[in-house]
Amino acid sequence: MKEFAELIKTLDGTNKTNRKVDALTAYFKEVSDKDKVWTIALLSHRRPPRPVNTTLMRSWAAEWATIPYWLFEESYHIVGDLAETIALIVPTTTNNSTKALSSYLEEIIALKPRTEEEKKAYLIENWKQMDYYQRFVFNKLITGGFRIGVSQKLMTRALSRATGVDEDILAYRLMGNWDPSSVSFKQLVEEENEADFLSKPYPFFLAYALEGPLEKLGNPNEWYVEHKWDGIRAQLIVRKRNIFIWSRGEELVTDKYPELHQLADLLPDGTVLDGELLPFPNGQIGSFNEMQTRIGRKKVSKALMKKIPVIIKAYDLLEWEGKDIRQLGYRKRREHLEAVLKPLLENSTLPIAVSPALQFNSWDEVAQEREKSRELRSEGLMLKRANSPYEVGRKKGNWWKWKVDPLTIDAVLTYAMRGHGRRSNLFTDYTFALWDTNAEGKRELVTFAKAYSGLTDAEFRKIDSWIKKNTVDRFGPVRQVTPHHVFEIAFEGIAWSKRHKSGVATRFPRMRRWRQDKPIDEANTLDDLKQLIPMSGDSTTNGNN
Amino acid sequence: MKKPLLQFTDRGIYCGQADVFLDPWKPVNKAIISHGHADHSRWGHKKYISQNSNIPIVKHRLGDISISGKEWGETFSINGVKFSLHPAGHIIGSSQIRVEYKGEVWVFSGDYKIENDGFTTAFEPVQCNTFITECTFGLPAFKWRPQEEVFQGINSWWAQNRAEGLTSVLFGYSLGKAQRLLKFLDPGIGPIYTHAAVENMTEVLRQQVDFPETNLITRDTKTQEIKGSLVLAPPSAHGSTWLKRMVPYVTATASGWMAFRGARRRRAIDKGFVLSDHCDWDGLLQAIDATGANQIICTHGYTDIFSRFLREKGFDARTEATLYEGESGEVNSSAEQQQDKLENAE
Repeated sequence: MKEFAELIKTLDGTNKTNRKVDALTAYFKEVSDKDKVWTIALLSHRRPPRPVNTTLMRSWAAEWATIPYWLFEESYHIVGDLAETIALIVPTTTNNSTKALSSYLEEIIALKPRTEEEKKAYLIENWKQMDYYQRFVFNKLITGGFRIGVSQKLMTRALSRATGVDEDILAYRLMGNWDPSSVSFKQLVEEENEADFLSKPYPFFLAYALEGPLEKLGNPNEWYVEHKWDGIRAQLIVRKRNIFIWSRGEELVTDKYPELHQLADLLPDGTVLDGELLPFPNGQIGSFNEMQTRIGRKKVSKALMKKIPVIIKAYDLLEWEGKDIRQLGYRKRREHLEAVLKPLLENSTLPIAVSPALQFNSWDEVAQEREKSRELRSEGLMLKRANSPYEVGRKKGNWWKWKVDPLTIDAVLTYAMRGHGRRSNLFTDYTFALWDTNAEGKRELVTFAKAYSGLTDAEFRKIDSWIKKNTVDRFGPVRQVTPHHVFEIAFEGIAWSKRHKSGVATRFPRMRRWRQDKPIDEANTLDDLKQLIPMSGDSTTNGNN
Repeated sequence: MKKPLLQFTDRGIYCGQADVFLDPWKPVNKAIISHGHADHSRWGHKKYISQNSNIPIVKHRLGDISISGKEWGETFSINGVKFSLHPAGHIIGSSQIRVEYKGEVWVFSGDYKIENDGFTTAFEPVQCNTFITECTFGLPAFKWRPQEEVFQGINSWWAQNRAEGLTSVLFGYSLGKAQRLLKFLDPGIGPIYTHAAVENMTEVLRQQVDFPETNLITRDTKTQEIKGSLVLAPPSAHGSTWLKRMVPYVTATASGWMAFRGARRRRAIDKGFVLSDHCDWDGLLQAIDATGANQIICTHGYTDIFSRFLREKGFDARTEATLYEGESGEVNSSAEQQQDKLENAE
């Protein structure tokens, strides 16, 4: 633990990538194999299930620090991170724990079934024995979410340096489902393991947003164009008649989509597809809003599955006849993909489709195709070089995404909350409203979206100080402010929604511009927003209006 | 009902009986100034009164003003009201202002810290009925470590950077923090360079304190010459083109706000050292207890939270709005930028 806390402290103390990689490499060379495995797990977002309810943790920390609970809560809102707040607030010690990181994790795993009293005693006992950084790390192990400015990519690079194993091979070995409490470092990092291989996905190839004019990409004939579907990126694996579905976040989501399980018997053995999981109500692509009703559920009811069935729209083939074909060119992989899926596509009731790979003679035609995106319910286009291999991670050059311009509307700032992480202690999370006419015929502001990104740090600072001076009411961490500022809000998609007070849900709303030139009277109305909803709408909730 | 001895007006804290303001933020006839930071000592008053060691500071900042100096503890009366200045330990020359009339005592603390930093005259608790306090860091999440420990960290950070051929750029407010850093940096590690804002203010304070030698960075200073040294600069220099000359460099800020990881990450600074010239949570509570005051008025910082806590502890505590800003560089650094501008212009 001491070494791990030191590592986190060092990583915390620099913005330089090289220094981070050096520190990680040195750490991987120094610590025990068991600690290495756990470190890899934690830095790739694999953590033990949370053993303690965080509300209890908060009250115990307040009690141990002998401060009232409300004061703990206020501090938490300002610090913006629970593990950090607790580490700061409980009584200071300079004690140093010598117990290994892996031992702590074993204890934390064993803690889950214990009684509340035992959990409380365990936490307080440990808070007593650790210095600030150890307490912080310990709390993070319990509350989860190790976001410390070290990406998985960076961690893999350091591990590669420490072990001499190639970075791409490591990225592949570290994917999928492995249990840090049972796997050994050797098995995880150094050995090819047949049994693990069955469910193992490939690292996803990710695209950057297009930079510069299309013409720079060269001859359009050397490129394929696909629509960029707005669902969940996924790999579907069929090996030895087993099916596995992995989301891009490396989460195994097979159980969430039972309608796809039949593909285990229909796709040839040794097939790995890359594609998009999409909601498909009434035989057409639905909105992301509808997809969300499926993402959250582990157990899917028959009714929901009937109302919002999910399909996979495949666009790439990574494994064919049991062989890794990622090094083949895109055109060749697509040929294999279409051949593999051909027999399945003859049956239109199966939950699988191919995303068409289009070719154009001019970039103008490509641009025209992009204009069709909203109508087709895509987010824009993907451009893929015909002879490109399937690479590892986010790379420039062979794949580009070219999204449609977002929809925009001018809305009024009505509420604000403090941000988290690097924006803790600043009011950066805002609620926006549009004008509407209520039942009595009066004009009022109706909340329609929350947004917390898109402004510069300098703008955030200005608005933060304005908010502090123009608060009219407080509801816990939320401040109601005088309606005064208008912002242009950009968003990717829009659909009817029963869950939103405004009746409308927007996808990925963010601030595009601070309209200091606009008085609030000139902000848009809710009706203006509704005009932006595609006519086809969501069949499930249409007619609400 | 009689008027309170000190009132909060739109110009500043006002003593009606003596017709004098304490740290006013709008021009007045007579102002008693607690210390030299820009949000407490402003421009345009007809007459200034301040502690002697603060005089060079305010004269440097505000030019040729009419100012009279007082010793620590020296009592002076204005229309029957007795005033005296007592060390606040915040920066050199920083005072608490004691106001007594007909047996009632109020103390306005300005900004203060109770840790003895070894060169600023140390904070002295003053008995009073009403204590006007800041609470810049009035949250239990703020707990300072002893300064020896912090300086060990700063010096070893510098030594490590130097060993790697990197220049260490350390940001601190040009009045107060910069000199405290300078005082305890280890000149045995390497040369110390300064930004003009820091250099000018330090020069003023050299009359009163012995500081290690500094080298002002000018247009003619060569990059090679600075390499591996420590550069003291005001926070406003972060992200400026002025920094380009220090490449390759790493940055750090010394401030109480560095207790929060988010505050440091937001500013894209490599390293944060938690070092403040204000009180931490326990320090504030200790200082308040030592005054014996029952009425507490919170002026700037986490005032709502802090005064609620005090009320629950049985104090008659409330909040008054002022234009003081506490340790800047976080939420609103306009005062600091103003000050840096002033100093850069000189």
